[in-house]
Amino acid sequence: MVVQALRDQGVDTVFGYPGGAVLPIYDEIFQQNDIRHILVRHEQGAVHMAEGYARSTGKPGVVLVTSGPGATNAVTGLTDALMDSIPIVVLTGQVPTFMIGTDAFQEADTIGITRPCTKHNWLVKDTDALAATLHEAFHVATSGRPGPVLIDIPKDVQFATGTYQAPIKGGSKRYQPQVKGDLGAITALVEALETAERPLFYTGGGVINSGPAASQLLCELVDATGIPITSTLMGLGAYPASGDKWLGMLGMHGLYEANLAMHGCDLMINIGARFDDRITGRLDAFSPGSKKAHIDIDPSSINKVIRVDIPIVGDIGHVLEDLLKVWKSRGRKVNREGIAKWWAQINDWKKIDCLGYKPSAKTIKPQYALQRLDALTRGMDRYITTEVGQHQMWAAQYLGFDAPNRWMTSGGLGTMGYGLPASIGVQIAHPQALVINVAGEASWLMNMQEMGTAIQFRAPVKQFILNNERLGMVRQWQELLHGERYSQSWSESLPDFVKLAEAFGCKGIRCADPADLDDAIREMLAYDGPVIFDCLVEKHENCFPMIPSGKAHNEMLLGDADTKGAITAKGAVLV
Amino acid sequence: MPALNIKKGSTSHSAYNLRSTFSEVIERHTLAVVVDNEAGVLARVIGLFSGRGYNIDSLTVAEIDHQGHRSRITIVTTGTPQVIEQIKAQLGRIVPVHEVHDLTVEGRSVERELALLKVAGEGNNRVEALRLADIFRAKVVDSTLTSFVFELTGTPEKIDAFADLMRPLGLVEVARTGVAALARGV
Repeated sequence: MVVQALRDQGVDTVFGYPGGAVLPIYDEIFQQNDIRHILVRHEQGAVHMAEGYARSTGKPGVVLVTSGPGATNAVTGLTDALMDSIPIVVLTGQVPTFMIGTDAFQEADTIGITRPCTKHNWLVKDTDALAATLHEAFHVATSGRPGPVLIDIPKDVQFATGTYQAPIKGGSKRYQPQVKGDLGAITALVEALETAERPLFYTGGGVINSGPAASQLLCELVDATGIPITSTLMGLGAYPASGDKWLGMLGMHGLYEANLAMHGCDLMINIGARFDDRITGRLDAFSPGSKKAHIDIDPSSINKVIRVDIPIVGDIGHVLEDLLKVWKSRGRKVNREGIAKWWAQINDWKKIDCLGYKPSAKTIKPQYALQRLDALTRGMDRYITTEVGQHQMWAAQYLGFDAPNRWMTSGGLGTMGYGLPASIGVQIAHPQALVINVAGEASWLMNMQEMGTAIQFRAPVKQFILNNERLGMVRQWQELLHGERYSQSWSESLPDFVKLAEAFGCKGIRCADPADLDDAIREMLAYDGPVIFDCLVEKHENCFPMIPSGKAHNEMLLGDADTKGAITAKGAVLV
Repeated sequence: MPALNIKKGSTSHSAYNLRSTFSEVIERHTLAVVVDNEAGVLARVIGLFSGRGYNIDSLTVAEIDHQGHRSRITIVTTGTPQVIEQIKAQLGRIVPVHEVHDLTVEGRSVERELALLKVAGEGNNRVEALRLADIFRAKVVDSTLTSFVFELTGTPEKIDAFADLMRPLGLVEVARTGVAALARGV
């Protein structure tokens, strides 16, 4: 019955790991060929793979794990998916209903444990209710603000036979989030947009979650109005990085021009972002002179941390469609003169070249490695995942994303160990594409067992490890905020990554010389199979620009960036 | 490494030390939440309050529609206006939650609470307790030669006042139901 429900929901792939309490479902999986099962090496990996699958396809990712430790190992992935609004359906086995509460073998209160880290969860005690619950789960995971859901199925319910119910059209009646935005508010936003002198789009992952149509509408709106656009980490790719209205990412490690534009704008149009603390910095100094509009499908995101003037609850795609209609019907007006001046100011900020760094002929600078990776893979059918840390921020800064669903990273939760399994999930969904996980050596080690999965299922994922033998971001904070006391932030006793690759049965490449880098990257791209690329980079490089936490957008550190004389103190200054 | 203009060793720059720009006035609100009466629904509501650091002053819950399996949860909470708005929005996100009403802002409402109070004493104290109970229209629901159990219905303030009066007269134990509330009119 579970397999039938998955089939009816259009599921083609399940990521999972068997165990005692899910054996009946595994028995069904054995006897069919419609749904492919990807055997992972750890349940956390299964959830991250499902996230990568979901984020790159727009379809929900499905996970099947056993009771007890199977379920508890999935908790990090569930929390990650909740924070980043990724639709995931996790099926967990449970001990038989008559044994629940007896501390049975591999029993855990899965529903209790996962209640705060799922959008919703269900314990199914009646086989007749199983099919309807599964369909409702898919509906809840994918509608409104997407998120992870979990269904806990006791083993006796799996064994029993019951009546199957096909999915109902339109999904569960009791959960129907609002998708159309209020026209009055949309008109108010258009009015503000027509007169604003320094307007700015600030977009987030919500645009990507809304679907490709929302990204297209966003591009149309930005290009037609000529208003500059910046995006959060999660929103990269919704508006192409090659577009001429693009300011780059904003936030703690965002671009100078993007953050100063946020600080100085007079109309901020937040589309599917949530004023995260990595974005806002100090709240009482956040964009002090702007009128703020916020489009979000989740009413609880609005006025949560920043009071906005024009709140619009609705699906980004629907709201942008209406917004464009209203704007066009009122004569496509914008304040051309004001916006031209605004651009002149922004272009002035751009001259700072905040992503500049001191190149080196001896050691590979991590920024340089990513610039070369970007240059050598441009135009390819490319998907990027990352782990968490400095390399993640550098990837966001130096790699250009021209389409949505091509950038998979752990934003809200910041889960080290996300990237490797996520890259496998992406590759399973897109077998012909180039999938690269930009990693740091410490993050990568957290879920490296999943290389076994990559090899078993012939997923030719490229693991591009920027190896500085440090927990780089931790080290950077310790340098800046803890008096250079580097407590536990170095990677001691690292494995030999090339030998590790050989041990797993894939290809290993090591590169330490900038002169060899291009050839080494080409070798990685040419290899038909998984590659572990050990890129030995400068060990003490810091990630700039940086808004020190608790500071405002106009108090950025540019660090040792090449500031072309605009900054007077010794290379690192508060602007 | 270049010197940065941050005091070395300083920890005052924590990202989590962010001051709110909202009003700091603490308000008391009574919320009525209609939910599907299914397993774990109360845990979802309470988990939301504890997980996000909201206050619960009182909470009552009971099934109000046995056929439709609907329960009504009445929550009295305190917080800044922004926190109250967040609480309502977060409650609305819970899948089995059907309606969230803020009785404090949606017009006038009646609030009632039921309390049982055990008062032990002899002689004059006993007489005085009975006399005060009469004034408060409290009923005696259990009596021994040395104690009474009073049943009292009213606003939380009325019950507080009665309990304060009973304390010097030998108040032993109190059980309160928490507030149930309905909007006035139709």
